[in-house]
Amino acid sequence: MTTQVNEQTLEDQIYELIVRASTDLPDDVVRALKAARRTEPEGTPAKNVFGMLLQNIDLAKKNMTPICQDTGTNLYYVHYPTGMSTRQLQQVIERATVRATENSILRPNAVDPVSGKNSGNNIGIQHPNIHFEEWKNDHLEFRLLLKGGGCENVSAQYKLPDSELDAGRDLNGVYKTVIDAVEKAQGLGCAPGIIGIGIGGDRATSHLTAKVQLFKKIEDENPDEELASMEKRLYRDLNSLGIGPMGFGGKTTVLGVKIGSAHRVPASYFVSIAYMCWADRRHTLTVKNGEVIYD
Amino acid sequence: MINLQLPIDAADIRKLKVGDEVLITGTMITARDAAHKYMIEEKPDFIRPYLENSLIYHCGPVVRKQDGEWQFVAAGPTTSIREEPYEGTVIQNYKVRGIIGKGGMGPKTLDALHEHGAVYLHAIGGMASYLAQTVKKVKEVFMLEEFGVPEAMWVIEVKEFPAVVTMDAHNHSLHTKIKSDSYAQARKLIHPVR
Repeated sequence: MTTQVNEQTLEDQIYELIVRASTDLPDDVVRALKAARRTEPEGTPAKNVFGMLLQNIDLAKKNMTPICQDTGTNLYYVHYPTGMSTRQLQQVIERATVRATENSILRPNAVDPVSGKNSGNNIGIQHPNIHFEEWKNDHLEFRLLLKGGGCENVSAQYKLPDSELDAGRDLNGVYKTVIDAVEKAQGLGCAPGIIGIGIGGDRATSHLTAKVQLFKKIEDENPDEELASMEKRLYRDLNSLGIGPMGFGGKTTVLGVKIGSAHRVPASYFVSIAYMCWADRRHTLTVKNGEVIYD
Repeated sequence: MINLQLPIDAADIRKLKVGDEVLITGTMITARDAAHKYMIEEKPDFIRPYLENSLIYHCGPVVRKQDGEWQFVAAGPTTSIREEPYEGTVIQNYKVRGIIGKGGMGPKTLDALHEHGAVYLHAIGGMASYLAQTVKKVKEVFMLEEFGVPEAMWVIEVKEFPAVVTMDAHNHSLHTKIKSDSYAQARKLIHPVR
């Protein structure tokens, strides 16, 4: 089956997806921030930080302005039906991106590492970053994450075994690397963070596996029992570090922990940690039989 | 809450201590990675009047131009530690009284704060829409062509911009304390006593 795309309509829909991602924080993240505020004692900087973050979230939504000025790397994960042109889809995404940049929904964020020049319109090599995957369904799905540089800079990758951490090639070893990475991050990734973890793979797939965990909703349960229990243990122990929002100290250092895995070769055992700032800007656009759903 | 009016001199800045919450009003300038490299390597003189007895804001804003005037649309702080190699020298050379950013800075900057009379003010990361509204006027912009929007040096007039003192002029840093406490807790979790 060949699916025809009305390019202008789709461009408008993707533009709307970008606007939502940049200006309207997902409900599950807002709920987690509100719950975190309740746990911090009155009069502490931690409590005040949450109060101000929530004010900013309301303001950004009302005025349709970016929640954070670092509108980040725009990471797309696109599922498309058989017969559709990914080249065409990429062009549509790029046009919507240019428009969102012109309208100050996105900051011009594509810098050529060789010349140092900012392209000015968010178009560049691997920028926006789009992953395409064909699926058996006959509808289109665009997942978009805006991930800022501050939290990307504190993301990490470990190779097990790690003698310094006394971390072997098992889930307990994974646990130790995550504690180490989040402690090292301090407040620099705009804590409280959401922690995506990728176990296994090669270096590149390990990082990607970690990153796509960030598309999951905070309240989602991991279907794998062992991983679900590790997520809970890490959530509890990371919050005992006392780093707190912005690194000011407090009970909330992370809002959630999500783990995924990919098969590895016998010689390698990578653990990747994708640190997402509290402004977990992600939304999904589904286009199905002319119907459009944003989540 | 302490009202901090710019320009400010070293004696007044030394009155601030870690934990003080402030509201900043006055004229300051943004500078981040490219601007710091530029201030160290080229030592431009034309920006002196904007830096002396004022603050540097580590920020790469989202802007728009309306009726020929620049406006800040989103303008939260960026991570400050990247400027650690430069900041002490910048504070000394340009008589800067403080840095606004996020994440805190290292020992070199802490020494410079102490020696020259300056503070580190922590703004809240990701509070971009709110903080942009405290920017009442964009007075000038330098190096826009050369550095691009995020890296340009924007001279802005702010009103009641909220921040917390996390490093003061008396060698105190909140970041050092949080780091050592959380490091100790992390070691306990990583190497449990068997």
